[in-house]
Amino acid sequence: MKIHLQTVRRQNVTTSQTIRTVAGSLLAGFLTISIVFLIKGVNPLYAFGRIFGGSFGSFYGLKETITKSIPLITIGTGLVLAFKGKFWNIGAEGQLLMGATCGTWVALNLGPLLPGALTVPLMFLMGFIGGGLIGAIPAILKVRFGTNEVISTLMLNYVAAELVQLLVVGPWKGETQHGFPYTDDFPQSAVLGLLPGSRIHAATLVLAIAAAVILFLVIYKTRFGYEIRVIGENPDAARYAGINFFKNLLIMMFVSGGIAGIAGVGEVGGIHHHLSYPFTISAGYGYTAIIVAWLARLNPLLVIVSGFFFAGIKVGGDAIQISLGLPGATVDVFNGILLLFLIVGEYFLNNRILVHVIRRGVRAKEGN
Amino acid sequence: MGGEVLIAVLQRALVAGTPLLIATLGEIIAERSGVLNLGIEGMLAMGAVSAFIVTLTTGSPLLGLLVAVGVGALTALLHAIVTVTFQANQVVSGLALTMLGLGVSGLWGKPYIGIPLKVKISAYRLPVLGKIPALGDILFFQDAFFYLGILLGVAAWFMLRHTLWGIKIRSVGENPRAAESQGINVSLVRYLSVTTGGAFAGLAGANLSIAYSKSWIEGMTAGRGWIVIGLTIFALWRPPRAFIGAFLFGGIFVTQYLLQPIGIPPNLLAMLPYLATLIVLVVGGMGKGRRSMNAPAALGEAFRRGER
Repeated sequence: MKIHLQTVRRQNVTTSQTIRTVAGSLLAGFLTISIVFLIKGVNPLYAFGRIFGGSFGSFYGLKETITKSIPLITIGTGLVLAFKGKFWNIGAEGQLLMGATCGTWVALNLGPLLPGALTVPLMFLMGFIGGGLIGAIPAILKVRFGTNEVISTLMLNYVAAELVQLLVVGPWKGETQHGFPYTDDFPQSAVLGLLPGSRIHAATLVLAIAAAVILFLVIYKTRFGYEIRVIGENPDAARYAGINFFKNLLIMMFVSGGIAGIAGVGEVGGIHHHLSYPFTISAGYGYTAIIVAWLARLNPLLVIVSGFFFAGIKVGGDAIQISLGLPGATVDVFNGILLLFLIVGEYFLNNRILVHVIRRGVRAKEGN
Repeated sequence: MGGEVLIAVLQRALVAGTPLLIATLGEIIAERSGVLNLGIEGMLAMGAVSAFIVTLTTGSPLLGLLVAVGVGALTALLHAIVTVTFQANQVVSGLALTMLGLGVSGLWGKPYIGIPLKVKISAYRLPVLGKIPALGDILFFQDAFFYLGILLGVAAWFMLRHTLWGIKIRSVGENPRAAESQGINVSLVRYLSVTTGGAFAGLAGANLSIAYSKSWIEGMTAGRGWIVIGLTIFALWRPPRAFIGAFLFGGIFVTQYLLQPIGIPPNLLAMLPYLATLIVLVVGGMGKGRRSMNAPAALGEAFRRGER
């Protein structure tokens, strides 16, 4: 008896096949994570109970999950735009930080002079511009000098992080902070309002949802979105059709980085009320949002769902850090494993695996 | 006196550049076969943590080094399975590998944070050559990792350039379809190249934890994995140029500490390697046609057997 495997490309993929594949990938991912727990001597069922109980199982957890979903949804939609153009923007972390920095500048310098109705919009605007500018650099470098954008966006993450540190230990260090590396606290006019009894900064949440809806429309209903998709899917055709790469990629990355900048303003204006060390401002949101965008299969509307899901994993991860004594790196392990299974899942979505069982000259065929 | 400082700086630059060199050589081999592995940062961390733990518990740096090489190769094997067998996107898989590597190493290394390593990997002065004034102190009074790095660089250059395996790897990276029609097993070549690259990265990680810093702390790789990706491009996928790039960056790492006493804020200096990577890539791309950077033609593309 001989078993022979053959793969055949699927011609069209239905929505239900997609859902089943993604669910299967997540399931396989969680099974693998269970093994990690077992190695660490933790009962996986107990651990998952703690994770999802901590994030979705209580009113408090749910509120925290929504809070952490705000930056993930915001950044994730921006990343979807860039990824549609096959531009690997890995720099959301730095774009978020530059947004937070510019927002902080507005808060500290204009906040005391202006009412909240002016300060907050200005913070978001400047944050958008700050994130957009640092996001635009890799686009310029790529089109003009062929610089690999994975490297340039990543390098700018490190540069931005050092810049923020430089500011908070140096010129921007607050006089009222007892020597801690923070800027002074924002004046009241620059503090984002929270939903009662939670840390949900409503303004940013609205912006996050709006960004997802608007980008969905931009990507699928406008000429700009169409050109980005052509550039991403078939650059040769785009060149032949005379699509302007420089203009489109520049706008695309300005918007993608700008949206991450908005997330940064939300974090400093809504949660911290001052600028501090980069790893305090962002718990790796810029990197996690890459998986958020991927799980959403590059659909901005689905980013709302996947952002919420990964925020839950983050909150649950924090919960097991305390209750099971596992280090923060555990969440990275989760994210890495889930991402690997999600992309392997694509293979089974795009291909049919045919199993031929050859037995005594009879060839039985089983599709799958 | 100035001469002594210069000798010390150059000597330290080579020390700091060695892990970059080793990891870059590995990435060159992997990318020459057509597989981009952005997971270097994760593999470095895996190599660093495993080498550290094994060396600390057994007292044998050699054992630590060998385990790190194996762990690096196994981590890379994951990337090979995902991108070669399952033809997944190489960029995303590499990012996942980095997350996984940083995560697993953080989880695994938690109890070992801050413990100093007793075993010393001391510098060894080569006979005869080590007695040359100045040059002997810089080039021939180094630890084993440096000499190993040089040997691996020469070996990688010779293998890629002058052996049948080199031809196989390069042809698979340039034109897998044609290579397949010549009877080359594309998947096998890619699997071997990617795992070899991982072994190199594991070794580079061991270099960082048991020789360079002699301790383990989360995040100690500090973006070196990404600099290595940049260096691979700077090297134009050629081992000899990897020497130049790696030791140049070793020099930049050392310059940070050199410039600190004259009052430049440390955070500004810490930006140097990252800014330098950007500058090197931009300058490298100037004046050349965007696609004539010598990149392997099939880099980043999955290969399906038997299709057009």
